[in-house]
Amino acid sequence: MAVLLIAEHNNKELRPFTLNAATAASQIDSDVHAVIIGQNSADAAKQLSELPVVKKVLSVEGAHYENFTAENFAPVIVKLAENYSHIVCSANTFGKNLMPRIAAHLDTSQVSDIINVISPDTFLRPIYAGNAFATIKSNDAKKCVTIRPTSFDPCESTGGSAPIEKIDASEEFSNTKFIKREEIKSDRPELGTARIVVSGGRGMQSGDNFKLITEIADKLGAAIGASRAAVDAGYISNDHQVGQTGKVVVPDLYIAVGISGAIQHLAGMKESKVIVAINKDGEAPIFSVADYGLEADLFEALPQFMEELNKLNTIQK
Amino acid sequence: MKILVAVKRVIDYNVQIRVKDDGTGVVTDNVKMSTNPPDDNAIEEAVKIKEAGNATEVVAVTVGEEKAQETVRKALAVGADRGIHVKVDGILEPLAVSKILQKIVDKEKPDLVFMGKQAIDDDCNQTGQMLSALLNWPQATFASKIDVKDNKLEVTREIDEGLETIEINVPAIVTCDLRLNEPRYASLPNIMKAKKKPIEEIAASDLGVDVSPRLEQLKVEEPPKRKAGIKVANVAELVQKLKNEAKVI
Repeated sequence: MAVLLIAEHNNKELRPFTLNAATAASQIDSDVHAVIIGQNSADAAKQLSELPVVKKVLSVEGAHYENFTAENFAPVIVKLAENYSHIVCSANTFGKNLMPRIAAHLDTSQVSDIINVISPDTFLRPIYAGNAFATIKSNDAKKCVTIRPTSFDPCESTGGSAPIEKIDASEEFSNTKFIKREEIKSDRPELGTARIVVSGGRGMQSGDNFKLITEIADKLGAAIGASRAAVDAGYISNDHQVGQTGKVVVPDLYIAVGISGAIQHLAGMKESKVIVAINKDGEAPIFSVADYGLEADLFEALPQFMEELNKLNTIQK
Repeated sequence: MKILVAVKRVIDYNVQIRVKDDGTGVVTDNVKMSTNPPDDNAIEEAVKIKEAGNATEVVAVTVGEEKAQETVRKALAVGADRGIHVKVDGILEPLAVSKILQKIVDKEKPDLVFMGKQAIDDDCNQTGQMLSALLNWPQATFASKIDVKDNKLEVTREIDEGLETIEINVPAIVTCDLRLNEPRYASLPNIMKAKKKPIEEIAASDLGVDVSPRLEQLKVEEPPKRKAGIKVANVAELVQKLKNEAKVI
């Protein structure tokens, strides 16, 4: 039986992690179908049909799908599930919210946040904030799997031409009402997919001081991250949080500034290719994962860092 | 309103866990255990809602082995009125826990069920959503703000793009983020008082729920170790290394 991928989108276009989830789905079985549930989402459905790994697109439209409410999405997918061996989507807040609701309806034990497909029924997943890896075999007839997007490369986005089949909408779930979404718009790269991430922690001491980080991030074309302590203190908004309960990032370069390196923060960044730590406490745990550690006062080091960057003839973007 | 809060006993968040040599799991003997951190936020929120006069009773429930009862006792010490301990040994998957909680909900008939958004041991992030599916109740996951309005809740959710606000009718499930509130510490007099509060013990086998695992944990291993790094003397050296050695800028 084929694998059903749940597409994440904003009704206009696919969200980037759909491509990573598609790769994971295609590693489970080459026969991947994708379902897209939304309102006026034809353009995103077309985009989905162009992914070469997707063999068929199922499109479901309805006003009650406009805001991606799990209570409305789950019945659609549960109904489709009889034709599929696996249901797959990203382990970001979209998938984390939705998939368990589907799994419970299907009486299936979900496998969350996998980082490797070992075989169609066996997966590798981090536990204890990534301090251990568990190999898990699912004995359920239908498998519900969420994938850690940063552990799978995005699939090709053009060249495919899968047929798009329209599916009837399910009834609206009336006890949940969407009110509003506050998205923080930024011209910077997305945290989850950026090549470079510059993150600040409690050591930044104030939201104003984050401009020292912003400046460097702009120069490097980097995304801005933060530790939970910095978000809790109100220095920066929650969408920047990196860690066990925030976002997991694996950039080519991660620069941790004024971040001590609690287990929970390391969980979100320690797979980064190159890690830099700038901290005045030489004993801070962040240095244990850093390729390059600089023991220094960040308020002196960051302006110097900017100066040194300005001296470079070229900077990779 | 009556609020049921589910709490889980996990290895303390400050402990650096160790993987067992035989690959069957992580070492838990002689390791400090605590309440799963966002479950503390769930209890705190329920107690605050009661203190504001919007709830009449807060019941704490845990599912697990003998010692899991400590988490219920702690919830009682910070303001929960009574406790329930569903006793069961061995590995429990979120699906099994949600089925047990469904039985407790059938019995207790709460208006709200709160719990942490994720347990920091298995990092599954499933139980709340599964319970709301089984009950066909609304779910407000990853809550960082809750406003009680008659028979509705307005909940702000932390999502990847920022914040989302939804309105849900009770009965409903809320899974709590660490930013929802600042959990209080139990005072000594309240810890003493909590010892007198009732905890009902129920054997999971009496609930008629199949809790047998569906997943096999074939192996638990240490993640690959990072190569030891170096300390640089100054910013100029750092930038030079990033440019010429790591070649990332």
